[in-house]
Amino acid sequence: MRLEDFMNKSISSWMREEGPHSDIVLSSRIRLARNFSDETFPMLASEEQLERIRETIETNYGNQTFQSYKNFSYVSMSDLTAVGKSVLIEKHLISPHLIKKQKRGSGVLISENEQVSMMVNEEDHLRIQLYFPGFQLHEALKEANAVDDWIESKIDYAFDETKGYLTACPTNVGTGMRASVMMHLPALTITKQLNRMVPAINQLGLVVRGIYGEGSGAVGNVFQISNQITLGKSETDIVEDLNSVVHQLVERERHTRSELMNNSKIQVEDRVFRSYGVLEHSRLIGSQEASTCISNVRLGIDLGIIKDVSQNILNELMVLTQPGCLQQYAKSALKPHERDQLRADIIRERLQLEN
Amino acid sequence: MQCQECEERQATLHFSQTINGEKKEIHVCEKCAKDKGYVTYPGEDMHTLHNLLAGLFNFDQESMKPTAQHEKLTLKKDLECPECSMTFTQFKKVGKFGCATCYETFSSHLDPIFRRVHSGNTKHNGKIPKRKGSNLHTKKQIETYKEQLQELIKREEFEEAAVIRDKIRALQADKEAGEES
Repeated sequence: MRLEDFMNKSISSWMREEGPHSDIVLSSRIRLARNFSDETFPMLASEEQLERIRETIETNYGNQTFQSYKNFSYVSMSDLTAVGKSVLIEKHLISPHLIKKQKRGSGVLISENEQVSMMVNEEDHLRIQLYFPGFQLHEALKEANAVDDWIESKIDYAFDETKGYLTACPTNVGTGMRASVMMHLPALTITKQLNRMVPAINQLGLVVRGIYGEGSGAVGNVFQISNQITLGKSETDIVEDLNSVVHQLVERERHTRSELMNNSKIQVEDRVFRSYGVLEHSRLIGSQEASTCISNVRLGIDLGIIKDVSQNILNELMVLTQPGCLQQYAKSALKPHERDQLRADIIRERLQLEN
Repeated sequence: MQCQECEERQATLHFSQTINGEKKEIHVCEKCAKDKGYVTYPGEDMHTLHNLLAGLFNFDQESMKPTAQHEKLTLKKDLECPECSMTFTQFKKVGKFGCATCYETFSSHLDPIFRRVHSGNTKHNGKIPKRKGSNLHTKKQIETYKEQLQELIKREEFEEAAVIRDKIRALQADKEAGEES
């Protein structure tokens, strides 16, 4: 398959669209944890119960279209190869937890443009997730609510007057909502400002972590910022709080970028062009090095140091150079050094597409 | 010193064991200590957020005191969910509920946990599902109207207040009708 075709298949279409502040905010996400009212939560549910939940979701919502989210298709985890599963994780359509604790009847319902995905029988019966490109938390919340109402029209949710939506983990009870944004913060990372800001962000009930969620380190200066508290605050208030922190981070990042350009232009240029050189010429590249270089090049594009390369390259290569995606491209399992070679090839080829 | 178990590697762990008053010195390497069960290493899982959380849930005074007598006491009155048979002790260990009914079963113990995890909050203040919460919607609406009513009376805007009062009456009638059917 040609790289272009593979890219078209591997990169979710919503990801290609530009959103507000997309030079810094890569995506906005709302996730809702929901459970059926009369079924045991997946951890203790019997196989029949798990199957019943899967069937309800698959028959009622599979092959359906809701507003602009067309043709939801259901993918069962038991039908997927290991590579197929990691591709879904790398595209953030499922969580690693769904695989690690794979249950009977676990799967995911995905809209055609991959903007909406619903995990079935993960920690909760349903995890509804909705992505928007750039910084659009309010829009994402509005749409997530609409999808949630659509699901609720046929399913009785586990809900309690005082405790709200009941979830398997006490950390999700109440709204069951996790709002998050993915941010590219190279300037705040280089100047070590982010580390100092994290405690203050935590105090507001928000968490900063790496891109693959809980327990993952930051890769390529990309961070995920999300709410920790789900009980006692309304969805809008939670989103509003996150919104204002993200706004501040965007401002700070922009400010620091221009300061860097004013005070250490040559150092920034050196960093950017070295990375560009590595991406353009390396024949073997590990994922860590690739992410760092991609981040630097993207910074170079944002600052106008590198011209004629599209901004989207970061989002694209971040997905394409992950182990699962590489192996899907190669159509076979690859050893780490084979992956490093293919990764270097793909990056070079992707950069050529620009010229 | 050589490891007394494998007699190959260097002994890095040294401790003494007293069984029936008889004291025994033990010198083993790390591998044997682990294999023979002299020491237990917390698995990777111990570091996950959930375990950390599960640790946090171990809050109540009784289980803090590790005396045998207290253990017996807590065991005896351990709450068990009638729906999924999860016990409160189990819940504290895994940090997850087994089903929606667990929330009711363990309700008397949960608020301190919620307060800890959610910055002092214990009450939901967000979305209410459309179908399942239709009664609740009415209730909330009545509450809002009542607040408005108080405000209007204070400002002596009685005509407006009468309108709101009628709205409350209508909603209450709807609600009662809904409850009866």
